[in-house]
Amino acid sequence: MKNITNIQKFSVHDGDGIRTSVFFKGCPLKCEWCHNPETQRYGREMQFDPEKCTGCGACAKVCENQALVMKEGKPVLNREACILCGKCENYCPAGIREVVGREYTVKGLVKELMKDQIFYEDSGGGVTFSGGEVMTMDMEYLLAVAKEIKRQEVTLTIDTCGYVPYEKLQAILPYADTFLYDVKVMDSKLHKQYTGVDNELILENLIRLAKDGARLYIRIPVIKEVNGNEKNMKETIAFLKEHDIHPPQINLLPYHDTGSGKYPKLDMEYKGTDLHAPERAEMEKFVLLFQEAGFQNTKIGG
Amino acid sequence: MAKRGMNERIQKLRELSVTTPVHIDLERAKIETDFYKENDGKYSIPVMRALVLKEYFSKKTLYLGDGELIIGEKGRDPQASPTFPELCCHSVEDMVVMSERELVSFHTTEEDRKLQAEEIIPYWTGRSMREKILARMTPEWHECYSAGMFTEFMEQRGPGHTCGGEQVFTTGYMDYKEKIHQTMESLDYINDPDAVNKCEELKAMDISCDAVIILGERYHKLALEMAQKETDETRKAELLQIAANLEVVPAHKPQTYWQAIQLYWFTHLAVTTELNPWDAFSPGRLDQHLNPYYERDVEAGILDDERALELLECLWVKFYNQPAPVKVGITLKESATYTDFANINTGGVTPDGRNGVNNVSYLILDCMDEMKLVQPNSNVTISKKTPAKFLKRACEVSRRGWGQPAFYNTEAQIMELINAGKNLEDARRGGSSGCVETGAWGSEAYILTGYLNIPKVFQLTLFNGFDQYSGKQIGLKLGYAKDFKSYDELWEAFKKQLAHIVDIKIRGNNVIEQLYAQEMPAPCLSVVTNDCISNAKDYNAGGARYNTNYIQGVGIGTVTDCLASVKYNVFDKQNFTMEELIEAMENDYEGYDAIYRMVHDKTPKYGNDDDYADDIMQEVFELYRSSITGRPNMKGGKYGVDMLPTTCHVYFGDVILATPNGRKAHKPVSEGISPEKSADTNGPTAVIKSCAKMDHLATAGTLLNQKFTPDVVAGEEGLDNMASLIRSYFSMDGHHIQFNVIDRQTLIDAQKNPEEYKDLIVRVAGYSDFFRNLSKPLQDEIIERTEQNFN
Repeated sequence: MKNITNIQKFSVHDGDGIRTSVFFKGCPLKCEWCHNPETQRYGREMQFDPEKCTGCGACAKVCENQALVMKEGKPVLNREACILCGKCENYCPAGIREVVGREYTVKGLVKELMKDQIFYEDSGGGVTFSGGEVMTMDMEYLLAVAKEIKRQEVTLTIDTCGYVPYEKLQAILPYADTFLYDVKVMDSKLHKQYTGVDNELILENLIRLAKDGARLYIRIPVIKEVNGNEKNMKETIAFLKEHDIHPPQINLLPYHDTGSGKYPKLDMEYKGTDLHAPERAEMEKFVLLFQEAGFQNTKIGG
Repeated sequence: MAKRGMNERIQKLRELSVTTPVHIDLERAKIETDFYKENDGKYSIPVMRALVLKEYFSKKTLYLGDGELIIGEKGRDPQASPTFPELCCHSVEDMVVMSERELVSFHTTEEDRKLQAEEIIPYWTGRSMREKILARMTPEWHECYSAGMFTEFMEQRGPGHTCGGEQVFTTGYMDYKEKIHQTMESLDYINDPDAVNKCEELKAMDISCDAVIILGERYHKLALEMAQKETDETRKAELLQIAANLEVVPAHKPQTYWQAIQLYWFTHLAVTTELNPWDAFSPGRLDQHLNPYYERDVEAGILDDERALELLECLWVKFYNQPAPVKVGITLKESATYTDFANINTGGVTPDGRNGVNNVSYLILDCMDEMKLVQPNSNVTISKKTPAKFLKRACEVSRRGWGQPAFYNTEAQIMELINAGKNLEDARRGGSSGCVETGAWGSEAYILTGYLNIPKVFQLTLFNGFDQYSGKQIGLKLGYAKDFKSYDELWEAFKKQLAHIVDIKIRGNNVIEQLYAQEMPAPCLSVVTNDCISNAKDYNAGGARYNTNYIQGVGIGTVTDCLASVKYNVFDKQNFTMEELIEAMENDYEGYDAIYRMVHDKTPKYGNDDDYADDIMQEVFELYRSSITGRPNMKGGKYGVDMLPTTCHVYFGDVILATPNGRKAHKPVSEGISPEKSADTNGPTAVIKSCAKMDHLATAGTLLNQKFTPDVVAGEEGLDNMASLIRSYFSMDGHHIQFNVIDRQTLIDAQKNPEEYKDLIVRVAGYSDFFRNLSKPLQDEIIERTEQNFN
């Protein structure tokens, strides 16, 4: 798979400098706090904003596959029947229907990514592959794009959850300048509970990447109910120390529910309604823990 | 809210300036009218004009406010706006409207209206430039003008929008007189048939120098009188120092930093009082002009940074005290602002090409930051040689989000000027003044003549030259939209329509230019502009070293998107026919949702770094440029183009019905070279890339607005990114960029009208996203947060 939901230019929070971030579609994890639910499933899909729908019925009228029918003044989509032709998109007066997910050829994607080269050069930025989980995409495709980017001397950052066979990380390593590596919860059970998978592979990959010389920025989404406690932070620190991992940057990213509005657009349910970000003082305390342990460049936010 | 200003003095002066209502001041008009009644016909026109200035400066009410260190007002007091009945004589009804209108109002009293009705109007009726100009324009010109095809800058105002050079800070008016006398003595009355006229011009310049010197002497006397009466010892000493300064300036060249600022201010008053040079006069590179005085005074121990800053802040208040002369009618619409377009330029390079940033540059940034006044308009010019520290400090001020300082590209400005025929040193001494237009400061008359409504020209092309708005046949009859069988045919017709409209505009300009040359010289502005004295020729008649006219193109984003829409949807993809598109447009897209969606959302648009649209922009720009640039003006110089709108894009949009890009009837067209509102959906780097595809170096200035919410550029990294955006744009030869903050009201509006704000990016939480993508509660949260930022 290699669907892309968005190519975001002037991306200034996903790595160094001014970057272009590519959001790939599809992820092996299902984090409850995920703020990009449109990147969870692998295939293309129809996105529709019920909140802004006026109920005019124009979409149902033009649907040639009867995938859209009006029920109680609102369009209801039968995702099985929808062939993602996008026709309803054109006829929606509110402009709130969109097919998410688009494939680019290697050449097409590289062309798009190179458009902002001049900004990368001045700001020390580059390209970020994000998602979803980029490392679960078609490797041949990724490598072809990565090689071309490197050939043009643009740096590549890989934003990954780490839950992939190590061979894939190893394959991209020669082309990746930096990894934004998520370390979510040290307790594997909790990890599984909140993300759907346990963390052994993730931590193992982290160790191996560090050994193989990868430049790693550790990113920890901090959620009060899940990992926002001293115990988890101390375990994380101990883990990094034990395995001699010295990330040049650690980002503690306080939870936010800004993605929750996207779930209804995809007929998905947001499970994170009871989650919270820790208090600011608490976050600062965590930062201090890392700094005292020698990880000076730890900060709140990306 | 805390009062702005570095100390109590400045706070009081600033407070007075920003709280005093703008009001009309008829003293100038009255003195001028009386003088004309008594003397018209006795003197040559230039001498008469100079005598009017002298009469006003000899008789005008003086103002020396409490605590002021820099002194002098155009009118009787702060926020007074003198009128210029010789240019535009307002009717009594005008006086009522300007007083009662909600925006950009000018207070007038019963007494004012009576004076206007009884003395000013009877004399000037039939004599004002406005009447003379309008009477000489062709019927085609009048039709185009009233339909909003173009505007005319000189309809109510004198030519100008100019900027002083170094001489304004180094030359006393006695020195100018000396130069004038030398030229007078060298006139060849035997062989030069023009010697008599030259003599009159020089006499006029000489008299205007006297006018400024008289004003200085009167203020000197007043300061001494006030000092005598003053009981507060500190203020008494200040008044005595002011008087001492006035013993040196404006008659002689300044000896101190303080005197240099005071000299500039007298010159500013003089050139903006003899006429209202549209409306601006600027000090140019203030930091470089002041720096020698600053360094000398600091060395001598008579100046420190605090005092230096205080004097700058006093000057800032002075600028703010002067509202732009009152405008009415179409001219008000094209430039709905009090701003006098004094543009202060900081940074850049020195005339010999070195980095121009000095200590005063940083003080000016501090002053801008502290004063937060929309006038003077302050900018920085950034060269490859500009230190990062300066750029970042400027970014820091700019990201507070009120549009200042704007950023200009020094190298681009220099190349533009060289491309327009200036020598390297004059080019380095030049830059942008007024809005964004380039000029060789102190050596050039570069006249903005009016805005041209490019999207409306395209609209005429679709309707066989017929204007839906005015209901008149304005353009050439070249066929209707449906008659064009290919994009190329349509393009050819557009090209012909544009040439037709440009010809009408330039023909009008030529008449106006000659009228000004003959009937409305500006002897004082001529004194301070290089070569007018040695040529013995007026600024308005071609006396300056360089003479350039500009026509400002408006709506490049809109017209590009219109052409792209037709090309893409009708000819390339055949999504619908031309007839269907025109029908949708004629119905303002009501009931044509699918066509609307396609043209509005699914068509390549300028501002997204998409060559499909950007190539069209380049073609339109080149067409516009080549139809104007290089044409001769009446002063021996040439035409050039710049791409700036002031507020004209709102007026120009108002006179166009729905356009092929999905823009609804009467909505503003795009401003400057910015993309059409909400057409850019790929963020600021894509906008910058698209804009950089225009050949900026072939213009005399372009204007790009970028908007953001303050937290998108928060923190040290935010500053770095902002600086990077600027450097990158400038390395692609971009001319100008300014950053505007999105305020709370805009966000509320964006929530209600997401279609119009598709380009709006906000920082959400550790990341940025398009505002339109956010859920309502989240939008609410950001609106709330933005409000907090400004309190």
